[in-house]
Amino acid sequence: MAALLEVKNLGISFGGLRAVDDFEVSIKKGQLYGLIGPNGAGKTTVFNLLTGVYKPSEGIITLDGVNITGLKTIEINKAGIARTFQNIRLFKELSVIDNVKAGLHNHYKYATIEGILRLPNYFKMEKAMTEKAMELLKVFELEKEADYLAANLPYGKQRKLEIARALATEPKLLLLDEPAAGMNPNETMELMDTIRFVRDSFDMTILLIEHDMKLVSGICEELTVLNFGRILTQGATGTVLNDPQVITAYLGE
Amino acid sequence: MKRLKLSKNAKDNLITYGIVILAYVIMQIMINTGHISSLLQGLLVPLCVYVILAVSLNLTVGILGELSLGHAGFMCVGAFAGAFFSRYMQNVIEVSLLRFLIAIIIGAVSAGIVGFLIGMPVLRLRGDYLAIVTLAFGEIIKSIINVLYIGKDSSGLHFSMKDSMSLGLAEDGDVIINGAQGITGTPKDATFTIGIVLIILTLIIVLNLIHSRDGRAIMSIRDNLIAAESIGINITKYKLMAFSVSAALAGMAGVLYSHNLSSLMATPKNFGYNMSIMILVFVVLGGIGNIRGSIISAVILTLLPELLRGLSNYRMLIYSIVLIVMMLFNWSPKLINLRKKYSLRRLFKKTGEVR
Repeated sequence: MAALLEVKNLGISFGGLRAVDDFEVSIKKGQLYGLIGPNGAGKTTVFNLLTGVYKPSEGIITLDGVNITGLKTIEINKAGIARTFQNIRLFKELSVIDNVKAGLHNHYKYATIEGILRLPNYFKMEKAMTEKAMELLKVFELEKEADYLAANLPYGKQRKLEIARALATEPKLLLLDEPAAGMNPNETMELMDTIRFVRDSFDMTILLIEHDMKLVSGICEELTVLNFGRILTQGATGTVLNDPQVITAYLGE
Repeated sequence: MKRLKLSKNAKDNLITYGIVILAYVIMQIMINTGHISSLLQGLLVPLCVYVILAVSLNLTVGILGELSLGHAGFMCVGAFAGAFFSRYMQNVIEVSLLRFLIAIIIGAVSAGIVGFLIGMPVLRLRGDYLAIVTLAFGEIIKSIINVLYIGKDSSGLHFSMKDSMSLGLAEDGDVIINGAQGITGTPKDATFTIGIVLIILTLIIVLNLIHSRDGRAIMSIRDNLIAAESIGINITKYKLMAFSVSAALAGMAGVLYSHNLSSLMATPKNFGYNMSIMILVFVVLGGIGNIRGSIISAVILTLLPELLRGLSNYRMLIYSIVLIVMMLFNWSPKLINLRKKYSLRRLFKKTGEVR
């Protein structure tokens, strides 16, 4: 079966600094893939390259057979990649449900004038959006907090809301940037279940960056290890985590 | 029986409309029973102008989250476009209401177009830089109108940027826009009733826009630009939309303003940055993003200096002090806590809930 995401020879330089060099990965549909590495290895830079925040200096990114290299962030989102952020980026002054509805923006459309004049299509579409958003919130057990301001949610729920918002854009590939950061062990366990559930029920392909090795070894099927912007090793989770090179990179000589 | 259930937003909006309509009814009763001074009566139309300006600026500052100091410039465009049309058509369209309505549309559309054209390069900037550039554009608009000469005669319209003589008008010519002397003889078509109708129109446009798909997109850009982009929201489109709608509404206010005066000049006092900052004070005082607050603060801050006539020389001083105090009140953590502790909302609601 052809890969959903195919990255070849991806690289970027910031001035003299080679942040990512010759990055390659191939992720099959429905896979749970992990991207790990020490701090400053270039993991988030890879995410920013995949989502068009940075334009790659070289390399080709193909999503589901379509070349998306060098496209703008919104075009890449429309092509089917959605992401969450390492430092949570919610729409803090919007309600929880409006955060998800903002994610539905490109899937439920009506004209501006229909919104201002409150024509029937406005009510129809808003109702459909609310229903869809509530459905997503239920998956993440956020339906009770639907009318809260996003800023007032506890940390763990903010992370979940960010995933819900990303899923609202109906992506083919979901990128999670350190989803377990700042969570206690219980919350992390819960998050692992949620991620697995998302993969199974939404038929989603997930690429995640994570430092929590329990989470990585618990849910990721394959891993890529980055160090100083280069691939250190790649392969099945069990093999990679026992690789002496990886242990050296993390713990030093 | 199933009760008609209104969402919190709808209820909130109804209260806002209610306040405006109630204020109108009370004023009408007072006018008809003669319980109102001529000074206050003369203030009614300007009040409507300021309310529309404050609400429309709140769309840029509060909803889009960008500081704009050029709002008076858009008002100026609307005022002159509308007044020009009315002067030009004075003897053609005899029905003043119809002529005024067309003037309003022309004023709003031209200000909207200018807003769009200025917004395109300017909205790439953010924060302080955007504020300063909009300030400059506001001044540029005013300066251009100060050197603009347009006249009409039997052969059509004549333009000049030099003086009224170089227009080369025929015998029957009539200088409509006379440079720094502006437009004189604009029909006084603006009435309090039309002003209130325009306020309600502004409210409908702004409030319905906020609580729609587009409004959500605009507010998501305000809250987090990078995240908004990552979920496929077209940043440029929605920034421009908010900015030009805001400019168009300011233009509408300008038309109302110009049809309340017999002579209209683009002086620093009425279209300069003082005016822009005054509108911003209304918005900040009423609460950034709070539409109802804008209406109330515009009314209070317009009435207060006029009613305390003796203090009117210190008007700008009072505004500055009020602005400083409000900024402190909005930002000082101690005062925020104090405000939260004694807010009415807290007394009636559980914490954590909003709207």
